[in-house]
Amino acid sequence: MKAIEVRNLVKTYGAGETAVHALKQIDLDVNEGELLLLLGASGSGKTTLISIVGCILSATSGSCKIRGTETVGLPQNKLPRVRLENIGFIFQGFNLFPALTAQENVEIALDLKNVRGASAKRRAAELLERVGLADKLKSRPADLSGGQKQRVAIARALAGEPHIILADEPTAALDSVSGKLIMDLLQELAHEQKRAVVVVTHDNRIFDYADRIVHIEDGEIRDDSEMQTEAASSAFSFNDKQAAEAAA
Amino acid sequence: MASLALKNLFHEKVRFAVTLTGIVFSVILTAVQLGIFQGFIAASTDIIANSNADLWVVSKNVTHVEQGVAFSESKLYQVLEIEGVKRAEKQIVTLGAQSKKPDGSDEGVTLVGFDLNGGMGGAWNVVEGDARDLAKPDAVLIDRLYAADKLGVTQIGQVIEINSRRARVVGFTKGIRIFTSQPAVFTSFKTAQSFLNLPEDQTLYLVIKAAENVNLTELKERIAAELTDVEVLTRGELVYRQAIYWVIGTGAGITVLVAAALAIIVGIVIVAQTIYSATVDHLKEYGTLKAMGATNLYLYRIIITQAVTSGLIAYVIGIVASIIISRISLEGTLAIIVNWQLVTALFVLTILMCCASSVVAIRKATSIDPAMVFKG
Repeated sequence: MKAIEVRNLVKTYGAGETAVHALKQIDLDVNEGELLLLLGASGSGKTTLISIVGCILSATSGSCKIRGTETVGLPQNKLPRVRLENIGFIFQGFNLFPALTAQENVEIALDLKNVRGASAKRRAAELLERVGLADKLKSRPADLSGGQKQRVAIARALAGEPHIILADEPTAALDSVSGKLIMDLLQELAHEQKRAVVVVTHDNRIFDYADRIVHIEDGEIRDDSEMQTEAASSAFSFNDKQAAEAAA
Repeated sequence: MASLALKNLFHEKVRFAVTLTGIVFSVILTAVQLGIFQGFIAASTDIIANSNADLWVVSKNVTHVEQGVAFSESKLYQVLEIEGVKRAEKQIVTLGAQSKKPDGSDEGVTLVGFDLNGGMGGAWNVVEGDARDLAKPDAVLIDRLYAADKLGVTQIGQVIEINSRRARVVGFTKGIRIFTSQPAVFTSFKTAQSFLNLPEDQTLYLVIKAAENVNLTELKERIAAELTDVEVLTRGELVYRQAIYWVIGTGAGITVLVAAALAIIVGIVIVAQTIYSATVDHLKEYGTLKAMGATNLYLYRIIITQAVTSGLIAYVIGIVASIIISRISLEGTLAIIVNWQLVTALFVLTILMCCASSVVAIRKATSIDPAMVFKG
């Protein structure tokens, strides 16, 4: 099933001579169970595209369906529900709430789904255990490493049981070991839990995790390539030593 | 939701302290300025407000009670004939008396002469001596606030001069402030009459008590129709006229009024800026919440919870400090009156200011800037 279906998507900032055409007639499909990397230089339109897909920015025209629901033209007050039920975000800067513990950060996402009290605590603990942070439930973000913070963010993104994960540069601020752990998790979410995972990245170390790589340039898709596992370049992958450390 | 709101608030202790300091300062500033304004009004109107009279008969065009022009006491008998009048008495309130201090210098006093057998227009808060002693010839009561400094009087039994006549202090009142700082000197109507050389058949005012269940407006109209060359005012009307004259008319109170208004404006600006900054500093977090699927209502509740919590804590600190300042001020001649009405009004004002300020910030929080959320 198509999790994301984008057709003729246009986003223009401003008007007249000063108008900036951020996205020009974009077509893109992302299937459930697929891990897609979205590549492009700064200003190419990656963030604009992920923002529209994530229902936090309105398109100028075109169509964007999230699991069959058209979101372009949907009233603003309907969009939070679409996000809540379908989309989990992972941010480059983690965007955790510094005042809350790891467990409370995950509980906030559950609170949005009206899951509260003991069941929320239990579910948050399960999610953190799933990302390998069972011993960090009571730690605040300031006491966690970058990789641990990103895993909390993933646990939080998963709290709403989203069908789509949108990750913006999830490994950019991480070392190789932490980066590998995060990508392993995202790959597992795509392949084993059949979620659609879209990763915006510049990080060439993670290319071999992709099922598809889409290049975007000047608001247009230049290349959309399915990847073969064997074809993944070892030059771009995390090295074996780091991978072994990460596994340990 | 509440957990996030409160933990966010208390997490950054320095920022929270700054927020509280701003609001506390604003509450104290507003309370003290409005308290001074209330103190000015009380000082100018207390003698009328505490007169226990329902109606006052005053000479025509009196702008303030100390300015009264004498009229015939025959009007008293006219008034007593009118249906609905329970009691009517002669009354003197004037600034036209001078007291000679022990060092020989003169000091103006506010002379209040009243009917000792009635229950209107007399002294209150008598803390030393006995008001009944005013029946003795030349007996006066003086307020403690001004007695020593202004009149050189420290104890009962001391003798002073008022308009070159002997006056003996038989007691003290406490806390009766006069706008002009001319000490209130209470005495019997007869003694006041003699201090002023007022002819025996003259009075400056009449104070009237209405009978039970009498419509005051109708009674006032009946009296006004009966009497000539005088005005009949309710106690409230005279208080208002008095306050307008002293607080607005003289310009003295305008300064305080402007300061009070400025205090409110400054208070609003401080609270608005403080709460707005505290909210804007968390915009990225609100953007993240929105991206996670939070509705605007969810964000409103967080932001309003934080604003109201900050406002409540700061209000309690600020109002307690203001009440302490007020209590201390009551020992001096400049009263800062922080009464329950002001406490209530400031509570509402503080919470409204906090909510209004956060609502302005909410407008920013509810529109997500993708660049801010994704790139921080």
